Amino acid sequence: MRQFLVFVQKEFYHIFRDRWTTLILLVLPIVMIILFGFGITTEIRNTKFAVYDPSRDIATQGIVNKLETSEYFSLDRYVTSPNEIEPLFRDGEIGFVVVLGENFYENLLHTGNAKIQLIADGTDPNTASTLTSYATILLSSYQQELTGTAGGTIPYQIKTEVRLLYNPSLKSAYNIVPGIMGMILMLICALMTSVSIAREKELGTMELLLVSPMKPILIILSKLVPYFTISIINYITILLLSVFVLKVPIAGSLVLLSALSLLFIFVSLSIGILISSLVEKQIVALLISGMILMMPAVFLSGLMFPIESMPVVLQWISHILPVKWFIIAVRNVMIKGLGFSSIIREVLILTGMAAVIITLSLKKFKYRLE
Amino acid sequence: MKTALWNSPTDRYMNVITVENLTKKFGSFTAVDNISFEVGKGEIFGFLGANGAGKTTAMRMLCGLLKPTSGKGIVAGYDIRSESENVKASIGYMSQKFALYEDLKVWENIRLYAGIYGVPEKDIAPKTDELLKELGFEGEKETLVKSLPLGWRQKLAFSVSIFHEPKVVFLDEPTGGVDPVTRRQFWEMIYKASDKGITVFVTTHYMDEAEYCNRVSIMVDGRIDALDSPANLKKEFNATSMDEVFRKLARKSKNNEL
Amino acid sequence: MTLSGSNIKAVVCTDVCKSYEKVPALRNISFTVEQGEIFGVIGPDGAGKSTLFRVLTTLLLADSGTASVEGMNVVKGYKEIRKNVGYMPGRFSLYQDLTVEENLKIFATLFHTTIEENYYLIKDIYSQIEPFKTRRAGALSGGMKQKLALSCALIHKPSILFLDEPTTGIDPVSRKELWEMLRKLKSQGITIVVSTPYMDEASLCDRIALIRDGEFMKIDTPKGIISGFRKELWAVRGSNMSALIGHLREVDGVVTCFAFGDNHHITVDNTILTKEILRSRLEEKGHNEIIIEKIEAGIEDCFMELANR
Repeated sequence: MRQFLVFVQKEFYHIFRDRWTTLILLVLPIVMIILFGFGITTEIRNTKFAVYDPSRDIATQGIVNKLETSEYFSLDRYVTSPNEIEPLFRDGEIGFVVVLGENFYENLLHTGNAKIQLIADGTDPNTASTLTSYATILLSSYQQELTGTAGGTIPYQIKTEVRLLYNPSLKSAYNIVPGIMGMILMLICALMTSVSIAREKELGTMELLLVSPMKPILIILSKLVPYFTISIINYITILLLSVFVLKVPIAGSLVLLSALSLLFIFVSLSIGILISSLVEKQIVALLISGMILMMPAVFLSGLMFPIESMPVVLQWISHILPVKWFIIAVRNVMIKGLGFSSIIREVLILTGMAAVIITLSLKKFKYRLE
Repeated sequence: MKTALWNSPTDRYMNVITVENLTKKFGSFTAVDNISFEVGKGEIFGFLGANGAGKTTAMRMLCGLLKPTSGKGIVAGYDIRSESENVKASIGYMSQKFALYEDLKVWENIRLYAGIYGVPEKDIAPKTDELLKELGFEGEKETLVKSLPLGWRQKLAFSVSIFHEPKVVFLDEPTGGVDPVTRRQFWEMIYKASDKGITVFVTTHYMDEAEYCNRVSIMVDGRIDALDSPANLKKEFNATSMDEVFRKLARKSKNNEL
Repeated sequence: MTLSGSNIKAVVCTDVCKSYEKVPALRNISFTVEQGEIFGVIGPDGAGKSTLFRVLTTLLLADSGTASVEGMNVVKGYKEIRKNVGYMPGRFSLYQDLTVEENLKIFATLFHTTIEENYYLIKDIYSQIEPFKTRRAGALSGGMKQKLALSCALIHKPSILFLDEPTTGIDPVSRKELWEMLRKLKSQGITIVVSTPYMDEASLCDRIALIRDGEFMKIDTPKGIISGFRKELWAVRGSNMSALIGHLREVDGVVTCFAFGDNHHITVDNTILTKEILRSRLEEKGHNEIIIEKIEAGIEDCFMELANR
């Protein structure tokens, strides 16, 4: 046991003796969450929009006012012909166009056939879909006002198809927090563990450790303790930052969320061990963790882009990434406030992955040199 | 005949290295402490010293890699402080730790260094063949360097370091770990280079190799405590071998184990 | 307790072969090391020294042949062997970012002991670096690093030490000190198997094996190896040493000629060449101040002679 403790202490020395390692491990999560939460936000404010309104009646005025007074849109100009719209987009002068039908108010009142078209720049699908969602919500709220003032006499309404669940104020931080959490835990656990074991191999110290009575499993475990500890610190940091700075509340059970994170930390650590048992050099460990784990984790886990809009093959690949399941489960618990029953599938998958990876890496671990 | 000349250091016709009061300090630590010496054309100059005596620092200054804190140095006619780029172009360098790219073929390494040192394009191919022939490596042109035995690699590395016919070549422990036969072949190559007029500045931990040098300097605590021909040094220190001379000198070091 | 009193050989190695991807690193290595002996494995880099050490320290499996250390088989008994051997790998393999003391503590703990418990064993060596015990290992000089590494290899009181090139890259003074330490350890009953590329260190061993291309060319005491050199060996000196080499090789009766410090060593066929003939030949080529002496061979002469066969 004393052997083990001295080794854990040694690992902590390695981490805190190198300023950069310390800095990256403790400050990176904070920087990332603030950067993603505030800076690289997918939230959109004051998008300039143009209106084509041949009717110019009460209802169209109301709709334009509704958009204009929201924090998301600001009216740039009216256009007199639909032909003017495309050049405006092309020159990047506006980001959004509302096209209203003729005799809008008349149609709304009598035929229920009031036409409204929302046009956004599809080259940036994320922004486009966000903008149309915002506009749709604003439209429907205008309708409600209209219904209210008219005393419930208007029989027909513009139906809005998009419903935004769980994130009514459309805050992007809600999406970001689970993703960042997954990324950071993966980074610290898998990458740092694999690099630190590979380092012992590269420096030749592994040779000395092997020629000693210390059990290889203890060597490995002593590597895990520091990164496990740091992951937990990071987990707490991320939660505190998201609740108090990004104002993303924990809707579900904190205990469940923590248990889930521990499971994920365990999976990531075992991936780290697996990588290190396969490679001999730090740089290779770094590249494997970085390229094969982190890059797909960022792109395929739904952190940045919705998985649904990716090619099927990539969607399939995303299934084998633990981080994807973790993010889904965190969203369910933290954002949607759902209980354990909602994440049984994810928990089972993660547990299975941990079992397979641990078995594999213990089998691969060598107690001799090649 | 030339070799004999260097036994009397005053009788030289040209200095390739001139160092006056050269000093290098790192913070409060003086790595090289006011050293002065001269090395002549074609001379084989042994640069000895214990680990940490300041050899590497001094050598780096002479190669134009480090700026001296004070003092003056002229290498191949250029000031090491203000003309370090010219210095680098006129010298060759080879160290035991890094010599050649192991994942490149023999000819690719030669081609690379020839390119770096600006050997005219048309000269490269014939000179490569000539070099390989001299080494007896004609069959190894396409071999990856890492599959050559260590001794061969070191011989090749030396040939590459003088491929551009520098005025002076710096060798940092060139023969460490090399087998005895190859080690001697290596020194014969050094002799040949010296006969061609190339000055050879060499560090080594093999004290018997110090005997091959025309003159030897021994650094202790950043200073040059002895500088003469091996024969004279042995006489002066009343020793039978250079090993003994070295140990007698190094014992005087105050921070001998730092 | 150590096994030094028993009859068990410290090392028994029989027909050990090891190849890396078909390139043979060890070919039929057989030898024994007695208890309390300093056994030197001497040869250039790439001769197979490190591979042999790794096989003996249970880090590598041999392709064929058997080996045992302190009577325990390196394959079946690897756990026991690992408790009893001290090993110092060829390159400096301590934690550079930890201090001298922390390194030592880790290695003591690794073997379930403490610095205090076995301090007496490393005292001579460690006391020299103890003033710098709070310094990081990476900031030590070559000689000091080796002393620390040796302390770490010794801290668990091994009955046998495997030192892979402990003197490579360190200066002659530190080398001499290290060998003095090894002599002291030997006097405490510890068996030492040591490798080195420096031929001049051979005389400091009780017995040596000359290794080249994965093969032991000869195993004997240093004296035995030297007395096995039966060629006529002369040392030749002149005013122009560089030209002398080539000219010596042109003389009939000169078999080999190598530069040896301030002399050239030549082996000669003394049925056709005498010193007088050689002297006149060299004078014809314009050499002067010629000195020719018959000398006794050194280990290096023997190594080259054996390698030439």
